[in-house]
Amino acid sequence: MVTEKDVEHIAELADIGINTGELDTFTHQFNAILDYFDVLDLVKGDTTVTRDLTNIMREDTVEPSLPRDEVLKNAAAQEDGFIKAPRVM
Amino acid sequence: MESYELTFEPDDRYNAFLTVCKKAPYSKGKLSGIAVAVKDNISTRGIETTCASKILKGYIPPYDAHAVELLRNSGAAIVGKTNMDEFGMGTTTENSAFGPTLNPCDTGRVPGGSSGGSAAAVASNMVPMALGTDTGGSIRCPAAFCGIVGLKPTYGRVSRYGLIAYANSLEQIGPMGRTVSDVSTLLQVIAGKDRHDSTTYDRPYTHTPVADIKGLKIGIPGEYFGEGVDPKVAGVVKTAIGKLEELGATTVPCSIPSMKFALAAYYVTCTCEASSNLARFDGVRYGPGADSKKSWHEAYKEVRRAGFGTEVRRRIMLGTFALSSGYYGKYYAKAQIARESVKSDFARIFSEVDLIAGPTMPSIAFKLGEKSDPLSMYLSDILTVPANLAGIPAISVPCGKVDSMPVGLQIMGRPFEDERVIDAAYAYEQAVS
Amino acid sequence: MAEDQVIVGLEVHCQLDTKSKLFCGCSTDYRDDGPNTHVCPVCLGLPGAMPVLNKRSIEYAMKVAKALNCTVLHESEFSRKNYFYPDLDKAYQITQYDKPLAEGGYLEIESDEGGERRIQLTRIHVEEDPGRLVHMGNAERGKYSLVDYNRAGIPLIEIVSEPDMRSPKEARKFLNKLRATLEYLSVFDSDKEGSLRVDANISIKGNERVEVKNITSYKGVEKALTYEVTRQKNLIRRGQRIERETRHFIESTGITQSSRSKEQEHDYRYFPEPDLRPLHVQSWVAGIVLPELPDARRERFMAQYGCSLNHARTLTGELKLANFFEKVVAADPKGLSTLAATWIADTLIGELNYRSMNLERVDTAGITELISILKQGTITDKSGIDVLRVMLDQRHNGEPTETPAAIISRLNLAKTTGDNSAILTAIEEAITENPRALEDYRAGKGGALNFLVGQVMKKTRGKADPGELNRLLTEALAKREA
Repeated sequence: MVTEKDVEHIAELADIGINTGELDTFTHQFNAILDYFDVLDLVKGDTTVTRDLTNIMREDTVEPSLPRDEVLKNAAAQEDGFIKAPRVM
Repeated sequence: MESYELTFEPDDRYNAFLTVCKKAPYSKGKLSGIAVAVKDNISTRGIETTCASKILKGYIPPYDAHAVELLRNSGAAIVGKTNMDEFGMGTTTENSAFGPTLNPCDTGRVPGGSSGGSAAAVASNMVPMALGTDTGGSIRCPAAFCGIVGLKPTYGRVSRYGLIAYANSLEQIGPMGRTVSDVSTLLQVIAGKDRHDSTTYDRPYTHTPVADIKGLKIGIPGEYFGEGVDPKVAGVVKTAIGKLEELGATTVPCSIPSMKFALAAYYVTCTCEASSNLARFDGVRYGPGADSKKSWHEAYKEVRRAGFGTEVRRRIMLGTFALSSGYYGKYYAKAQIARESVKSDFARIFSEVDLIAGPTMPSIAFKLGEKSDPLSMYLSDILTVPANLAGIPAISVPCGKVDSMPVGLQIMGRPFEDERVIDAAYAYEQAVS
Repeated sequence: MAEDQVIVGLEVHCQLDTKSKLFCGCSTDYRDDGPNTHVCPVCLGLPGAMPVLNKRSIEYAMKVAKALNCTVLHESEFSRKNYFYPDLDKAYQITQYDKPLAEGGYLEIESDEGGERRIQLTRIHVEEDPGRLVHMGNAERGKYSLVDYNRAGIPLIEIVSEPDMRSPKEARKFLNKLRATLEYLSVFDSDKEGSLRVDANISIKGNERVEVKNITSYKGVEKALTYEVTRQKNLIRRGQRIERETRHFIESTGITQSSRSKEQEHDYRYFPEPDLRPLHVQSWVAGIVLPELPDARRERFMAQYGCSLNHARTLTGELKLANFFEKVVAADPKGLSTLAATWIADTLIGELNYRSMNLERVDTAGITELISILKQGTITDKSGIDVLRVMLDQRHNGEPTETPAAIISRLNLAKTTGDNSAILTAIEEAITENPRALEDYRAGKGGALNFLVGQVMKKTRGKADPGELNRLLTEALAKREA
């Protein structure tokens, strides 16, 4: 059973904003879904997961990087070749 | 390479396309000049790719997905990017930030999801073929609801490089078309190992469909015809299976006990992976931009609140919760064990039979706005998610109508026996056409 | 363990010296280039891009694991460490969590008491470096960050020790030994700026442990820990509790400061990386051939070149230095080793440090020549130092370089040999000018002789051979009548 407070905490953890108007509905839906997930508690065992396809690696060869203007093209803000981001407090 | 140009000006009354390429270049090759639509979560160099989300509005990838590169090399004309549920999260394409796509068979109904745009584009004859993606049924569901053919290949058969990830361990790019033959041809182009995708196998697909299923054994799972499946839909599918028997296959009842965990295992897995995959959308390197005047966390939260729709935010939070400290063992770890259960159930069944058949969806296409409760929406994926959990190939082929709406016959096969799945669908299609 | 024993554990991150990044083909040689020029969809974390593991990074990490006596696990895998920060473009770091490449192992260092201490290791794993953040702006214009993703995706090896070190000094020794070992394995270039980062855990026995993060220099580690020991001991003395916390080290002031809770409350929500496949590389261990490692080389220097333990330790403490030494004495190991060991370990290193000069700038041929000249005895040790300084200064300042012989000739530093008259005159003068010293010498005061030696040296401008001078002076003093 998660409370509205729990949902708010999860939203913080996920850095996802929720509008206060949504909180109530979200919490109800959340609980319904989590209740449904409880069926997994019945899953038994410790089955070792099958491991085919292992050791997939590539050789240490250099390949061309993107031209810088391609890198910066989609960035909303840039300065002197750096990408601009809000300051971490 | 010589280059030609296809003029593409469709009458898109269904909102199937988010981006249309009016002048689509193409070259020589197996698919030369064929108009192919690409779902908008597949990266296309120079063409806006949004995943039907505001948070990627304006994003123009500087690279092609591997499947798109193969498509271009085959001479196809990429004519546009199709509408979808935002980031693949949904079963109706109503979760698009740019309006729903309408079902060409009945514009009051949904086309299915999340590859609804691709399905509608094919079903309304705007294009003969399209690429979709299938994480929990997102190719097969719209194929069934719109009355076209759609295949989810074996996991690892088609490269995911360039597919904007929703649930890495479950999804595949796959072909959609009006006929099984077209779907098979498209698969020939896109299947094969890719050095950029460590989860691909060296299993190219070079098959041409053969309409012969004599002697094959087909398992019919009780769970696919039980509670929750519309009896009329079940009836139509049973008739279709009868046709397969006429063609020389024998049917065997079977059971998939792990079905009871399947949906929960699916939703835990995909929301966990999605919560991680979607965390990169902070507006800094692409997207709507973050407000530099705010602090990092404030800006980041705001970009995501404004840019992600409700369903996306819900799934991210579910996934974050399920992975959070103390819950990993209860949810994600258990979900992977449940998956192993599903895989071993299928392995057991496939030691007795060659294929499994049943309905693709438990009902016909819903009316627009009908499924507003998330959990009831999730429950409609119950028949499609097992194939994703097990990584096996699965196709939906039209097999009749209920209340004038198409119904899909789903056929599943052993890993890397996509060829046999195609053949079975082809045999059915040829017999009823 | 003592009541107030210091307990230190280290987590060391080193950039592996591969040509391309950990998960993509971008070149790792980014330091001289502009921001965001060594970036591709994969290391930029563009939607849809996928990682592909660089085989050499695993080979390098396994070499380290074998050299440090770790056990490579049968199955290892990569995991996602999820957190949000502008320099982490996927909002997760691909690292190894519950299935690292290797576990256990140890590194032996010289303990503070003089013996050997075995520092146990917990694990070794491989992970990617994030990008680099530069903070800009001011209060008026608003502060913001600039991000350069050139460093994003550089392969790192993380080596975690058990809390077996007993002092800041031991921590520095551990780090030096580790660095040397990685250099000897040719998997790490310590000259590259920022190629090594250390997080240290320190506690005083019975108290909470404090983490000091992101120390980027070897000296910084000892400084940071020394500061922490003082800080913590002071708190204990005042009866205050040590808080379990994360602090960061400020290189410029030498202090540690409490970090904002950015990292403290983090729930990284680890899960296995679904885009990468597991590693089954335990079978590769047998085939790994290790080169000669620092300890073995030290033993060999003592056996083959007759070096003392201390000299051998110093000389083999850095790969480049060990190679330098061997190259210098190659022409005549028997003849040159003893002198070369002293001059290189005791003198050359000091002179290089003083000039902040890199060993690579020094020409081995010149040093060989200088050592040979010193061996022949044609100049005094003091003159030898002068010559060395001139040689180094010339290189350091980019001036035309001279051979040692040319310098000796030009500065007229050759010892006066055969003809002792100049020295004898100088001796007589020195004794006459300093009657008090003569008295002190007769009274048995040891310092008197040294004083007089110094006076004679001044007069002969250092050209007198000390051994010879001592003998002649003692004779002269004996001859002086009371």
